[in-house]
Formats: sequence, C-alpha cells, structure tokens
Amino acid sequence: MKQFQGQTLSWETRDGIIELALHREPLNEIGSLTLEELEKFVAVLPDLSRDTHALIIYSSLKAGFCAGADLRQLYSWIQEYGQAEVANHARAYLKRIHAVMNALDSLPLTTIAAVHGVTFGGGFELALTCDLILADKLARFCFPELRLGLIPSFGGIPRLKRDLGNAVVRDLLLTGRSFNANKAQQIGLVSQIAGEGEVLRAARATAMQLGKFDLVTAAAAKRFIKPIPLDELRQEIDIFCELLPRPAVFSGLKKFVESTDAQPYLP
Amino acid sequence: MPASEKTLDEIMDLASAHFKVPREKLSPDEDFFKALGIDSLQTLDLLTKLENHFRVELPDYELQGVSDFRTLAEKIQARL
Repeated sequence: MKQFQGQTLSWETRDGIIELALHREPLNEIGSLTLEELEKFVAVLPDLSRDTHALIIYSSLKAGFCAGADLRQLYSWIQEYGQAEVANHARAYLKRIHAVMNALDSLPLTTIAAVHGVTFGGGFELALTCDLILADKLARFCFPELRLGLIPSFGGIPRLKRDLGNAVVRDLLLTGRSFNANKAQQIGLVSQIAGEGEVLRAARATAMQLGKFDLVTAAAAKRFIKPIPLDELRQEIDIFCELLPRPAVFSGLKKFVESTDAQPYLP
Repeated sequence: MPASEKTLDEIMDLASAHFKVPREKLSPDEDFFKALGIDSLQTLDLLTKLENHFRVELPDYELQGVSDFRTLAEKIQARL
C-alpha cells in the first residue's frame, strides 16, 4: 500500500483505489500549503495510477468537503502586494492551481468526488474536476464568489458550463445561493446521494465496480466524452485578475476576514 | 405569509431531533441560533433538512436576518 500523510491532505491506495483525504482544519480552505501538497499528489499520480483503477477525493473533516479558497490568504496578499501588484501574484498562483485541477480532470482513471456538508467555491471546483460526484444527503453546493465581487477562479465556470445547462450556471453564479444534494442531482450535477455519513462507503462501492472494466477502454471513453475547456479556463483567470484589484473586492474580503458574524456561510 | 402552526411545529420538531435539543426548550419567537447552539454551517444543515422535509427549495439569502422559528416558518410556508 502506498501512502502519504501531509499537513492538509493524505493519500493511500487500497484495493486498486487511490483515496485522497482532505483534512486541513477548519474546512479544507485551499491555500498555498494545500496547493503544494496537491502538486506533490499530482506528481506521483502516474506512479500510483499503474496499479489502480479509480481515485476518490473526500474530506475527513466532519464540517464538510471544502469551503473554497483561503480568503484570509488572499486578503493578506492584497495587504502585502498592494492592489496594483496583487493580480500578478494571483495569476501565478492560479496557473499552478489550474495545472493541478487540469491534471485531475484529465486523469486516465475514473475519479469520484465524495462530498458532504459545505462544498463551496474552490471546493466545488475541485469536485467538478471529477468524473462523478457522490453527495451526502446534507451536502450543499455554492459559488459564493460574487458576494466578494469576484468570480470562481479555480476552473469552476468552464467546468460547470461543460456539465450543466447555461440557465443553471447563471442561477448559481449570479445569485451566489447554495443548493442541496437533491437539487444537485435533479440538475444532473450529482450522480448518487448517500445517507448521512455514508458517502465514502458509496464512493468505495462505485470505485470497486469500476475495477471490473478494461482500463484502456474506460480511459478512451473518458477522453472522448470529457473535453478540457482550456481556452475558457485561461479566460477565467484573466477575468478574475481584472476583477481582483478593485476596492470593492478588498472591502469585501476585509469584511469577511474581520467579521465576528456567527453566520459567515450565509449570504 | 403567516406560517401555519403545523409548519411551525414541524420545523421545531425537526430542529429538536437533528440538533438533539429537547423540544420543550424551543419556542417560536426566540433566537434559534442560541436555542439550538448552532453556527452558520449547522444552519445550512437545518435548511437542507427543512427543504427535504417540506419538498421546497428555499434560497439561503431568504434567511438573511432570520433568527426565529416563526419567521423561518413563514419563509417555508411561502414556498408550499
């Protein structure tokens, strides 16, 4: 069994399945350390893929799958680099994020996101790189970026467009509202809903089933049906970096970071 | 739209069961964050439970400023 234990995530292989567990308290916010460890993971994936047929990404934190990008880090960048320079720094960071997301998206193995609780922003974007999303019945999905004067920047918009109708994408992006697993399944985003606390079990059962099929055929089918929208992904970075240096974004982030509000996850 | 007593009761029953707070400790007009001892993450769990139970979709922005069961029930009732 191959395994790695990091500060924000860990992985192991078992029964021909790679399991990537996110565990950065409080809610797997994706910052520089998570990105470094994801890059390490992606670097070893070709080796791990040799003896495996599926990848499951899940969170071992009770609170949820992932709340998104580390907004405190983003706010600190604005303070450190200033509004004039922060976009350059963000662009370099986003290129690295996209490299990881694109690698996961195009992996020859079948990939499963087993999500529970909050699956917001960058966390939602991570789930969207996977071929299948299985959700705990209490999972909630959201792109809240507009609340901060931003758009998703980890590749979520092109991937959402790839998977869903434009009207649904507009609803999610422009209202910034969260929606539950039932709704997610109705619109075609989520393949299966599991009972509370059961999504990892369901994901493992699905992954075991995938092991019965010829891997070369499965990889060919996946390449055929799952294009990577590279041009739009680059465009998403451009739009985000244009929006980032604006005063409205800075004040939105400041408000979030300094808030003692009991309700940061509500709009 | 005023909430029916039935809707209100069902909401408080659900909240009591999910967060394991005795039903008799909950009242319609008190702050449910305090009464249930929950934060915004757990409020989302409650919202999901209510949406599934009542078979409605309640955008979370409708919860802005809502902190008592009665008002929450009114929001749900308006979607039935």
